[in-house]
Amino acid sequence: MLNQFKNKPIRIALLLALPLAISACSDDIREVEVPVEVIVEVPAPEPVPVDISYEITVTNLTNSQPLSPVAAVLHADGNLFSIGDVASVELEKMAEGGMNDGLLALGMASTSGAAPIGPGGNETITVTVQDVTDAKLSVLTMLVNTNDGFSGLNALDLSTFEIGDTWTGLAGVYDAGTEVNSEAAGTIPGPADGGEGFSATRTDTGYVSMHPGVVTNDDGLSSSVLTVQHKFDNPALRIVVTRTE
Amino acid sequence: MKKLQQFCAATALAVTALPTLAADVTVEIQNITQGLHFTPIAAVAHTPDTSLFEVGEMASAEIQEMAEGGSLAGITTVATSIGADMLAEPTAGPLAPTEKVAGTFMTTDGNSVLSIVAMILPSNDGFIGLDNWEIPTEVGTYTIYLNAYDAGTEANDELVGSGMPGMPGMPAPPFLTLGTGGSGVATTEANATVHIHPGNIGDDSLTDGASDVTNSIHRWLNPVAKVTVTVN
Repeated sequence: MLNQFKNKPIRIALLLALPLAISACSDDIREVEVPVEVIVEVPAPEPVPVDISYEITVTNLTNSQPLSPVAAVLHADGNLFSIGDVASVELEKMAEGGMNDGLLALGMASTSGAAPIGPGGNETITVTVQDVTDAKLSVLTMLVNTNDGFSGLNALDLSTFEIGDTWTGLAGVYDAGTEVNSEAAGTIPGPADGGEGFSATRTDTGYVSMHPGVVTNDDGLSSSVLTVQHKFDNPALRIVVTRTE
Repeated sequence: MKKLQQFCAATALAVTALPTLAADVTVEIQNITQGLHFTPIAAVAHTPDTSLFEVGEMASAEIQEMAEGGSLAGITTVATSIGADMLAEPTAGPLAPTEKVAGTFMTTDGNSVLSIVAMILPSNDGFIGLDNWEIPTEVGTYTIYLNAYDAGTEANDELVGSGMPGMPGMPAPPFLTLGTGGSGVATTEANATVHIHPGNIGDDSLTDGASDVTNSIHRWLNPVAKVTVTVN
């Protein structure tokens, strides 16, 4: 193998030298050495995409707030929400109605939970991306017995995660600021009411903030369909993220 | 090799010397609540052997003045007297929900801890608090979330009243929409020391009920403030 490579440049050099010798002179034949640089282009091996996977376990820590199917989204940079910013329509649809399709489409890779997660329950989902080890992970879910309350993980930096590394965190509850917290009949999509989910009309403060909590009928909001069972405090979720490959 | 040794020696010196050195520090405070306002904020860098407040201890007169009415006059006087560095805009307007305020100061040698206070509105004597947080010596950005404390100096009657220390009721600045005619939520304060605020109760009437605050707007869950400290 080594010899083959060694010989190749010489052969090529002779081929090139020959026409030169013939045309330049007929009497004294001189050997002309033409240095030829041969670049052997070895075709680069087709890179095999490497799967980078994260296992995400979300546990519902609330008393009576089912969580809408979780959206786990890997994105390159930025945030899917920030306190003080106006909520995107994708976030609004999730926070008001538990619909996560829009959020899932925002990432380079994403996975949806299979079903709502009941109080005390948990679900583990896996999100996989190819070759990217420095993505941001956002995890989002609605507390469905609220007007526009959601919880989750905001752009966790994965760049330092090695295979087997685990991160555990507790998440508070945010308010999308897109639907006023009336707690009124017909406005809450969860089982406490069975009311309307997403509505394009924005009726709240207009910006994302921490959630002030639900008041409930039992605690003095006479027009509320919620009871003391639906109260929650921070944190509302436990999230465990493990890089598995 | 000699260079390396010299470098190492210099580093060791710097590390041992840093805790007492002056630092260039930027402090940003964000109101992360949906319905509370903050009065002008005091961010104070001071020596670790002093503190603005301690949970489980009686609030000072200066903290009482801040927590009941939002005044930073007493805290400014104390900060000056103990050689603290203070970032404050006593004449600034209120910090509305999700607004941020930031400032940069050069802390004096030895002022190695940071404390932050500001009254929360509407409340009788609620305040955001950071107590003796050690300022890192390593350059970087650090995030802290603050809880709401109760100064323990005034009963949480949740009625429009006075912002003067020792006078009942809440201050009622024009940017707050408060009710009237409430009968009063509480007449006594069970814990007279600084403690975690139990929260506003509020009610759903602007004209009667127990409280003059609105239960669907003026409640909160901790944390209430996000502090981003950048050591430059």
